[in-house]
Amino acid sequence: MKQRFLFGSAIALVLAAGAASGATLDDVKARGTLKCGVNSGLAGFAAPDAAGKWEGFDIAVCRALAAAVLGDAEKVEFTPTTTETRFTALASGEVDVLSRNSTWTFSRDVDLKFTFAGVNYYDGQGFMVSKDLGVTSAKELDGATVCIQTGTTTELNLADWFKTNGITYQPVPIATNAEANQQFQAGACDAYTTDASGLAASRATYENPDNWIILPEIISKEPLGPLVRQGDDQWADIVRWTLNALIAAEDYGITAANADEMATTSENPEIKRLLGTEGDLGAMFGLDKDWAKRAIQARGNYGEIFAANIGEGTPSNIARGLNAQWTDGGLIFSPPFR
Amino acid sequence: MAEVAFVRHEMEPPQAPPSGQVGPARWLRENLFSSWLNALLTIASVALLWWLVSHMLPWFAHGVWNAGSLTECRQIIQATWGEGASGACFAVIRERWQQFLFGFYPVHLYWRPTLTFFLLLAALAPVLVSELPRRLLWFSAAFPGLCYWLLWGGSLWVPIAIYAGFVVGHLAQRLLAAAGYGLVAPFAAALATVLWWLYLVGPVADAFASVVPLALTPVASKLFGGFMLSTVIGMTGIAFSLPLGVLLALGRRSDMFIVKALSIGFIEFIRGVPLITLLLVATFLLNVFLPPGTNFDIILRVIIMVTLFAAAYMAETIRGGLAALPRGQYEAADALGLDYWKSMRLIIMPQALKISIPSIVGNFISLFKDTTLVAIIGLLDPLGLVTSIRADSNWNGIVWELYGFVALLFLLCCYGMSQYSRYLERKLRTDRR
Repeated sequence: MKQRFLFGSAIALVLAAGAASGATLDDVKARGTLKCGVNSGLAGFAAPDAAGKWEGFDIAVCRALAAAVLGDAEKVEFTPTTTETRFTALASGEVDVLSRNSTWTFSRDVDLKFTFAGVNYYDGQGFMVSKDLGVTSAKELDGATVCIQTGTTTELNLADWFKTNGITYQPVPIATNAEANQQFQAGACDAYTTDASGLAASRATYENPDNWIILPEIISKEPLGPLVRQGDDQWADIVRWTLNALIAAEDYGITAANADEMATTSENPEIKRLLGTEGDLGAMFGLDKDWAKRAIQARGNYGEIFAANIGEGTPSNIARGLNAQWTDGGLIFSPPFR
Repeated sequence: MAEVAFVRHEMEPPQAPPSGQVGPARWLRENLFSSWLNALLTIASVALLWWLVSHMLPWFAHGVWNAGSLTECRQIIQATWGEGASGACFAVIRERWQQFLFGFYPVHLYWRPTLTFFLLLAALAPVLVSELPRRLLWFSAAFPGLCYWLLWGGSLWVPIAIYAGFVVGHLAQRLLAAAGYGLVAPFAAALATVLWWLYLVGPVADAFASVVPLALTPVASKLFGGFMLSTVIGMTGIAFSLPLGVLLALGRRSDMFIVKALSIGFIEFIRGVPLITLLLVATFLLNVFLPPGTNFDIILRVIIMVTLFAAAYMAETIRGGLAALPRGQYEAADALGLDYWKSMRLIIMPQALKISIPSIVGNFISLFKDTTLVAIIGLLDPLGLVTSIRADSNWNGIVWELYGFVALLFLLCCYGMSQYSRYLERKLRTDRR
């Protein structure tokens, strides 16, 4: 009957003044859906398909969380947010969790009063140039014109990096990624700089991707991850350990397909604890025993999610790189389930 | 017998005019080559047109309608038209046109927005064309409630209960006026209506719904998008801004100090602030003021802001029309002994509105186009959807086709509106002055 409140929401203004939200977990369970703030469109990370169903790398985190908390990966209401609206949407309670390629920074964590639940993608700013330019390192870009999106941290990173390396550049300010790609391909600038994942995704859409190369230098740290409001530690823990469960699952070789089987056959006590056959980790934060198993079964473990949305072979075609498991020399790592 | 000089019996047939003075040659000479400067401009324009067409025509002609992704489109174009050919990939529109029209509205419920759209046309008809029977206006008045019920679903009793608020107000006024409290009656009536809306709409609607449900599957406004969202916001804004604008314009010209001050304050405040600011206020500030977890529908917030914004501009447009009326009209109305509302309704407003028609329609058109600003606050209107669709890995990299399609849709609507305005102007032209 919430339709009534659409017209009568002025009533809500008056009556519901005292109804400050308590534990987010209780709200989500009572509502029966998880409200997830996502990017309104970023290739590989979040996009609706023709039927209006959202999929992507960031979406998968929401799906896993919904599966863990509500037992159904489809019980998610997606709220598309822009760079401007994302943090207000989270702070005001319009969404329960924001999974929208947002960089974990000091000021966002401390000053904006959010809690980052972890990192699901280690990004960094890179450069793309035309093959004809004959450049193999960003340090050879002295005097180059560089296409850059205005009002982003990339703009500041760029200035810092060129200054540190004692070389000069000419910025070509551009508003959106789409425009930047058009301009760059038309030759308005020698190099285009943005997050490396974005460069890879853009390059994949060019008519002749082989004519463009992404330079090896990564000039900034952009750890992207889901975040929640500060002050509800239980909810922050649920989001953090759901993400960790996906990461640990890849580590232990648990996939969406074999999770049920592993739960019964595995001899590894940590896998047993994770999948709820031994102990009751879920009860410690208000979920049942099978929470992690359901999260893994939603869209697979971390590696499966990566491969399905942005990994090699997909249009984005991004190598694991920094986002490989710690055992493979990457930074992706889950603390123990104990 | 005097010799009779030769007299012609019949007229010499007129000679054909010189070849330069007839047909296309003359038209060309007079319109395109009347002077050296014009000739040069003509040649330049033709060259420009040719350049545009010769570049765009192959792009359209090479267009691919059947493909699953941009890569596939490109392959098809290369295969059909040879290496290096470029062409449009209209397949994306073929795949996503429903999304452009309805957003994420559930597919099996598409009939509801479609029906609403045709009912909208039916409801507009008596408003727009005065030849139709006046009784149809009742349908137009009922349409907003019907539209709300069809689009959002839920119980039909909710809009009915909201409409009942007007009846309650009317009854309150009648009763109080009959009891001799004529002075406070309008205020008491307004109060009764507001109280009804605040406290009784819910229970009354629930009570009726428990007897006869009359409910449709509810659809969350999160699922609204595309052209439907633009139309909902635009049409609601248009429909409510006109009466609100009339009231504000009258308020601004009123002799009552408080009414006048409030009207001026409101109009000037809204006109001093860009629409995007108001939209950001609707998204951010209201959220911060409301208690966390309150679900004050974002589309409703946007509609309210857009309506207020449009009403302020409408008020100034109508005030222009009011100012253009000669004083004699006001005095004549007074001389007939009409009270304020009657003179406004019967004499002043019909003329003032007639004068303002072109600017009113201009306001409508710009309001309709302004609805695309909601993309900035994360609503998926046609422009917002373009971003989302481009993020689909199948279609990433497509630009012109999507934006062109959106432009075409808007062009159709806005052109329709401006044609209507011209029709109205022609019809109402009485050449009084």
